[in-house]
This record gives sequence, C-alpha cells and structure tokens, in this order.
Amino acid sequence: MGNLRRRLTQVITAIITNGYLPGFIKGDIYRGNLKRFCVPGLNCYSCPGALGSCPIGSLQAVIGSAKYQISFYVLGTIALIGTLLGRLVCGWLCPFGLIQELIHKIPSKKFRISSKNPAKFAKYLILIIFVIILPMFVVNVVGMGDPFFCKYICPAGTLEAGIPLVLMNPSLRQAIGFIFSWKVFLLILTILASIFIARPFCRFVCPLGAIYGLFNPISFYKLEVNAERCIKCNKCTKSCPISIETYKTPNSPECIRCGECIGACPTKAISSSFGFKESERKFRQMEIE
Amino acid sequence: MKVKEGLRWILLIASIASIVIGIFREEVLTVLVKAINICLECVGIG
Repeated sequence: MGNLRRRLTQVITAIITNGYLPGFIKGDIYRGNLKRFCVPGLNCYSCPGALGSCPIGSLQAVIGSAKYQISFYVLGTIALIGTLLGRLVCGWLCPFGLIQELIHKIPSKKFRISSKNPAKFAKYLILIIFVIILPMFVVNVVGMGDPFFCKYICPAGTLEAGIPLVLMNPSLRQAIGFIFSWKVFLLILTILASIFIARPFCRFVCPLGAIYGLFNPISFYKLEVNAERCIKCNKCTKSCPISIETYKTPNSPECIRCGECIGACPTKAISSSFGFKESERKFRQMEIE
Repeated sequence: MKVKEGLRWILLIASIASIVIGIFREEVLTVLVKAINICLECVGIG
C-alpha cells in the first residue's frame, strides 16, 4: 500500500511539474511566470512540459551570471525544502528518480552496492566542482560562467529536454555536435546502470541529492527506530534499495526515504514522522495497538 | 535532541530569510530569464 502511494505521488508530481502540454506538441518550452519558482526535484527547465525551474540549473544560472556570485534565493529554496523533507524529495517527488526506478524494473541480474561504498562521495565532488566552482570562476569576458553540470553531465537534461527538443525542432537538430553525443552517451550509461543497480544517478552523481542528504539528520521529516522493538534482524537493510543499515543510521544522508524499510520491519520498530512530538505519539499509538 | 530541534528551527528561519534576501536582490529575474529561454547547455548544444 505504501509502495503504491509512493508510486502514485511520483507519477502525479512528474505530471504536475511537466504539465505544459503545448510544449510537447510544438517542440517549444513554457515561458510563463511559474518558472520563477524552483521545483523540489531534478527536472530540467528546458523540458517542453516543465512548468518550474530546476534548482541545480537555477543555482548555476545565478552563480554564473555577471551580476551575482552566490544565490540566496535558490540556496534558500533548497535549504527550506531540505530542512522540511531531507531526501524525501528523492524518494517521492523527483521525476528522474521515478525514471530510474522504472528502468530498474527491467528483469535482469541486480547488483547491490553497499551504502558505505566510497563512490557515494562523487556526488559531493560534482556539486562542488561542476555546480559551484567552475560556473563561479571559469567565466567569459563579460563575467558569465557556463552551467557546467547541465552542459557536461546532467542526463536528466538530455532525456527531458535535449532529445525531445532536438527531435521536434529542426534548427536545434542542425546545431548538435560533440557535446550532444557525449551527453547521450552519459544518458545511455545511466540507463544501463539503472537496469542493474538501484538509483545509480541519485547515489553517485546527483548534486541535488547530495545537498538534500546533508539535511537528512536534522530535517523535520525523519525516520526513527524504536530500540526496544528492534531485534536487529537486518531485514530493513535487505529491503533498502540503497542498502542502508536503517536500524543503525535511520537518517543517513544516503537514505532517499522511500519507506521500504518501514514495511519490511517485522516488529514495526521503524517509524517515520514529521516534527518532534508526532513521533512520540506515533510510537505510543503503536504500543497501544 | 534539544540541540537538533533548535538547529532545525534555525535552518528553517535562515532558509526563509535567504529566499527573501534573494527576492530583494532580484535573483528571481535571473532564474526566470534562464528558465524561459531554451537552455542550449542543458540540451547539449551550447
């Protein structure tokens, strides 16, 4: 039931954030005022259906502009969402997360990679180098920097914006070159990896997930483990797509808060809550039951 | 736990304040201008 609720939320969010249908018909993008606002997940603002702005694209746009060095607006938006939800966004609201999960359903041998694998730190490096340092310091004569993450890495942009726009727009089709081929190669790599590994982009590459992850230990939304109920059977770890030992670190920065562990726990020791007092009430209620 | 709860509220207030500062600095306009034009870098052309 929880899984169905999450899938429905993912699908509805993907539809709402990409609900500009004329874009898909005309091969153009939405140009209205809603694009002042950032959506919570990684969703390219040049997707023909996109109604809002991608937080990582917006962050680079402001940092790379000639006028500003830092973006209070975008960082504040990301921090607000992170403080409230942490990586719940990744598990429930991100369209590119949904795409990876659907691809992972393709029948094949699945590989589990430990949540302690040092490759997880790659996303922090990508965040610092491609989203902050390069757009800030590698600038042209008028002081403007490129959005390096969008330009050289982001497979979400290639899938949601690059391919549809190039297919529908002859003038863009004529302009494609090496960078487009490189980005298609990265997209294919991401798709192939998603078949065998759960959420590879979110775990090793996504700079937005890296930021939200830092908020996981202190966000209002959190997971809690009742130590008295927990029998350390490790079923939470086995059910977790990221292989997190939930009973030890329920609010790990790697946790995408999909809630699989909550359903898998045989003693109902894991609980999620929003706020402080609510969790105490929830455990008391569980004890009464 | 009290420290964590305090930090949570401080972050919430700081993030809202940061958004307001960003609005006053007219960063929103930069976001809007970038987002309403096809981002050639995102597409893989620019």
